[in-house]
Amino acid sequence: MNTHIKNGRVIDPKHGIDAVQDVYIADGRIVGLGSAPGGFSAARTIDATGLVVMPGLVDLAARLREPGFEHKATLQSEMRAAVAGGVTSLACPPDTDPPLDEPGLVEMLKHRARELNLAHVYPIGALTAKLEGERLTEMAELRDAGCVAFSQAERQIVDTEVLWRALQYAATFDFAVWLRPQDPYLAKAGVAHDGEVATRLGLAGIPGFAETIALSALLQLTRGTGTRLHLCRLSTAEAVDMVRTAKAEGLPVTCDVGAHHLHLSEMDLAYFDSHCNMTPPFRALRDLEALRAGVREGVIDVVCSDHTPLDEDVKQIPFGEAEPGATGLELLLPLTLKWAEESKLPLVQALARVTCDPARVLQIDAGHLAVGTAADVCVFDPADWFKVSASTLKSQGKNTPFIGYELPGVVRYTFVSGHLCYEAR
Amino acid sequence: MRNPQLNEKGELQHLLTIEGLPRAILTHILDTAESFVGVTEREVKKVPLLRGQSVFNLFFENSTRTRTTFEIAAKRLSADVINLNINTSSTNKGETLLDTVDNLTAMHADMFVVRHAQSGAPHMIAQHVASHVHVINAGDGRHAHSTQGLLDAYTIRHYKKDFTGLSVAIVGDVLHSRVARSLIHALTTLGTPDLRVIGPQTLLPTSVEQLGVRVFHDMSLGLRDVDVVVTLRLQNERMRGPLLPSAQEYFKSYGLTPEKLALAKPDAIVMHPGPMNRGVEIDSAVADGPQAVILSQVTFGIAVRMAVMSILAGNS
Repeated sequence: MNTHIKNGRVIDPKHGIDAVQDVYIADGRIVGLGSAPGGFSAARTIDATGLVVMPGLVDLAARLREPGFEHKATLQSEMRAAVAGGVTSLACPPDTDPPLDEPGLVEMLKHRARELNLAHVYPIGALTAKLEGERLTEMAELRDAGCVAFSQAERQIVDTEVLWRALQYAATFDFAVWLRPQDPYLAKAGVAHDGEVATRLGLAGIPGFAETIALSALLQLTRGTGTRLHLCRLSTAEAVDMVRTAKAEGLPVTCDVGAHHLHLSEMDLAYFDSHCNMTPPFRALRDLEALRAGVREGVIDVVCSDHTPLDEDVKQIPFGEAEPGATGLELLLPLTLKWAEESKLPLVQALARVTCDPARVLQIDAGHLAVGTAADVCVFDPADWFKVSASTLKSQGKNTPFIGYELPGVVRYTFVSGHLCYEAR
Repeated sequence: MRNPQLNEKGELQHLLTIEGLPRAILTHILDTAESFVGVTEREVKKVPLLRGQSVFNLFFENSTRTRTTFEIAAKRLSADVINLNINTSSTNKGETLLDTVDNLTAMHADMFVVRHAQSGAPHMIAQHVASHVHVINAGDGRHAHSTQGLLDAYTIRHYKKDFTGLSVAIVGDVLHSRVARSLIHALTTLGTPDLRVIGPQTLLPTSVEQLGVRVFHDMSLGLRDVDVVVTLRLQNERMRGPLLPSAQEYFKSYGLTPEKLALAKPDAIVMHPGPMNRGVEIDSAVADGPQAVILSQVTFGIAVRMAVMSILAGNS
């Protein structure tokens, strides 16, 4: 359907555009910015006066829960949540059941996602069979099936030789490897940041060096193998410094942070709020500040949702037994806007971290609004705030520490390949 | 966010942790306990303060000692007491912690005394129960053992009269100890100026000094001139492994012997939350010696628990 979005404030971080412009969509693509191409006639015109028109968000970590965890959420519920949050492309980690370690599973996921005709789905394949950290997966086969990178999700490779060989093998084919740095032994028993709050609350701690020790190993291995390494969910100030140094050295590394970790610290555990049970844990205030500065500076390339929809049964239990994670697809944009506002950062700069930067990590042509590209567009009201509640969330997971928060940014329309997938009522 | 232990009037609604409670509330509990010490020495050891009320001892972790003292305390207040030992495997069979609590509330429970292996479980129950129900934390994970902290404070006050000039040393496995955390909060709130923890680095939690204590690794320095020595129980499973090489070596470095105790003030008292490992954290000569007040702790524990229950019941 040909669509004309008029009078909106177009923000396209990749091209440095922040101006009131009209956007013209036809045949699934952006066909004009500012002025209509010859012969264009709109089947629908959307008045975006006062609204921001931006590229659809690209999310590097959205668990869609299929196959295996349909009781927590379904592909349909979570892809609806994605477009309701303005997310038009998403990468999903391989921690499904069974994990994404065989081409058939990946093809099935792609097929199911295509049928739903909502956001674009980019599966991340398992780096090792069953994510067990012992045998390599058939990475080339998985790539042919549609995997864009390889990962262990939340499972660590304990055997450093296997890790080294996996990185070598991936580098052979120039596959990107996405890993969350965490020493499996140091994190084994912990449920919270090993610091003042965990000591007070009597919770077993995960020390900050559980992250930096593993990160150090990964950086040294990458130096030898040349693997394109994407580091997932950094949580400590020291890790940000290490990545800054690694990038200065020229290592092929990128990294991301979960949107929740730009706002919450160990202090938010308050009286054992199970919704603050996260991996990695919310850390000290100095870590929070370093993460925020790291995203601003660009050392941290991407802010992702780390979307983990859970049923309430695994949160309505004592903190240490609760399953970690939070729903995030619909909060990615609001939390990014909140961070930008608090950091006094122009939107055109801040929104890069959820559009063109993640697209660069994924090596896909998305996250920008150039004429000729697929019309993945998010239109939101920057002046409108909403109160987060179970009923405002489309995701089947209502688990978020932000319940009751007032957050900025209400998505009005989301287009995926020119198709209007979401319209706020 | 309001302190979840207090009602709108700032009175004690639940006893979940000593941390964050005003000194006046702690002093009130200790004073009330003092009046109950007399009751336990009378021929008829009962007062009718909780008559007609049902106290559920909800123990998700076994502890005959603590459960018994709560049971005695409740019975001396004339309450009906129901003991439930729920091993955690039965909650794994499907019924959640909150389902269990709902079921018992439907049986008209007025008070829950909760012990649970997970830190924070009593907080969760307190948030969930109806407004007339009171929750007492009888020990949760490593977090808090509030009545133990109060009875320790009561014992110290009994023997030393005042907190404001005291040096108190807590020796041993602070990392895993809810008793230590509760006592530290009680003593800092009550104005103890010199509070020390003594142990190897492996048994002291990260940033423990943030709780208001000084850290010592050497008994001969840490015990010097203290008025009170609290020895903590060392769990069997922690005596050999990554935290400690052996019980023998632990005893050599941190066991309380008459020689080490001689470094404290001559009138120093020795406390232990029980049950003791003789020859591990404490030498029998000390445990049975004139400075030990360990059995008084047990006796005072009943009066303190009566005080907590009666105050909570009075704040309905």
